[in-house]
Amino acid sequence: MNNADIGLLGVAASGVLIAVAIGVSLWRQLGLEATIAWAALRALAQLLAVGVALQFVVDDDDPLIYAFLWLAVMHLFAAYTTYRRARQERMVLVLSLVAYLASSAVTLGVLFGFGVYEPSGRTIVPLAGIVIGNSLSATVLVTNRLFAAATERRTDIEGRLALGLSATDAFRPTLRDALRTALIPQIETTKAVGIIALPGAMVGLILAGTDPHDAVRVQVSVMYLVLGSVATTTAVMSLGIARQLFTSAQQLKRID
Amino acid sequence: MGVSAGPADQPILRDISLSIPVEGILAVAGPSGAGKSTLVRLLNRLDDPVAGTVALEGSDLRDWDPATLRRHVGMVFQKAPVFAGTVHDNLCVADPDVTDERARHVLEHVALPPELLDRPADRLSGGEAQRMSIARALLTRPKVLLADEPTAALDGEARRAVEDLGREIADGGVPIVWITHDTDQLRRLADHVLLLADGQLLAFGHLSELDEHPDPLVRSLIGADAPGSAGEGSS
Repeated sequence: MNNADIGLLGVAASGVLIAVAIGVSLWRQLGLEATIAWAALRALAQLLAVGVALQFVVDDDDPLIYAFLWLAVMHLFAAYTTYRRARQERMVLVLSLVAYLASSAVTLGVLFGFGVYEPSGRTIVPLAGIVIGNSLSATVLVTNRLFAAATERRTDIEGRLALGLSATDAFRPTLRDALRTALIPQIETTKAVGIIALPGAMVGLILAGTDPHDAVRVQVSVMYLVLGSVATTTAVMSLGIARQLFTSAQQLKRID
Repeated sequence: MGVSAGPADQPILRDISLSIPVEGILAVAGPSGAGKSTLVRLLNRLDDPVAGTVALEGSDLRDWDPATLRRHVGMVFQKAPVFAGTVHDNLCVADPDVTDERARHVLEHVALPPELLDRPADRLSGGEAQRMSIARALLTRPKVLLADEPTAALDGEARRAVEDLGREIADGGVPIVWITHDTDQLRRLADHVLLLADGQLLAFGHLSELDEHPDPLVRSLIGADAPGSAGEGSS
């Protein structure tokens, strides 16, 4: 029997766990019952819709153009989410789109270029999903950190500018701190994998009946993919923001 | 047309025209919000005016490379920015190639013991940090030094030490534009005085000239009528 074939009844039964979460909310008077129920229903609807849509891209005889269209939508939506969550400026929308595209190009380029995976809808869409999904939080974080630093660390940055440093050099320590803050959680997650937590891709494969050794190999490539994508996205985003924070006369702009 | 600066729709400095002599200590004073810091920030292009031209030695600042200009026109802030690392690391920000000998020499110049070179900069007292920041600025060999209320965060003794250092630097040939809201300090230090009020030039001249100024606000801002001031006839 395929362990992952849980059927609709199984899905419904797992919904009991949502009832547990709602129960906790009621018990501790968190006022989150409606939010939990809405989140659970929304996730169900989104995943069902994605499941249907994926049918058109993951079959071997589906044209690759569908997979790339899917990718385009994912990138646009990720850029819009970053814009909405981090800072509602057109510059953030454009920069984050460039950052996600660059990250996908680098990481998927390595995986497909070295033949780790065969390029097909079945590999392109999920791997790009992992790249973007895992980069999103770090990109929002680094964006918020850099804009906050432009105000909070103004004295430090202008102190360096006043000594004749270029904007790039004056901003380097601030940029480094923001990048470290964005990357360290992913590095810690990578270090802890297998000890504290079993990652989702591996769990999914094992539940679906894949040999654990094969699942581990896939998971390792996915972990490296995530780390590489987070590093690439945050680096591109932060360098782009750093350029936008200064005028051509190497003056730190005032951020509202 | 004079210089205006600050937000375009609500400039802090409004249509100011003046030529600042490059000698000794020029004290810039005026009530809060008069535009003192805004004026000084124009002089090393941390900000640009929204109208008018700022020139150094007859040359529009916009024609200067900003980094080169800022090494010519050093700046000391009200609260000295202390960068990560040791005092030596802080000096290296101004001059990455600074030798140990020059680093010790510049510390001695600001009356700090050379042993401080290896001390983490965040362990310096407020007065020591300010003197370190002056040493850092001097490492770029500036032709002019801007000082934006450099003693505002310091206590009496440290304040006087920084004032003495300022006087020594100015007498050594590096003129200082020194913002102050302390009339006693102004009277101790100023060779020339520039007074701003409400974003406009209120008065400019030698302290002795301004002591006789007909406008009571001018005399008040320079402490001319205070007991013991030169304006009251005592030294």
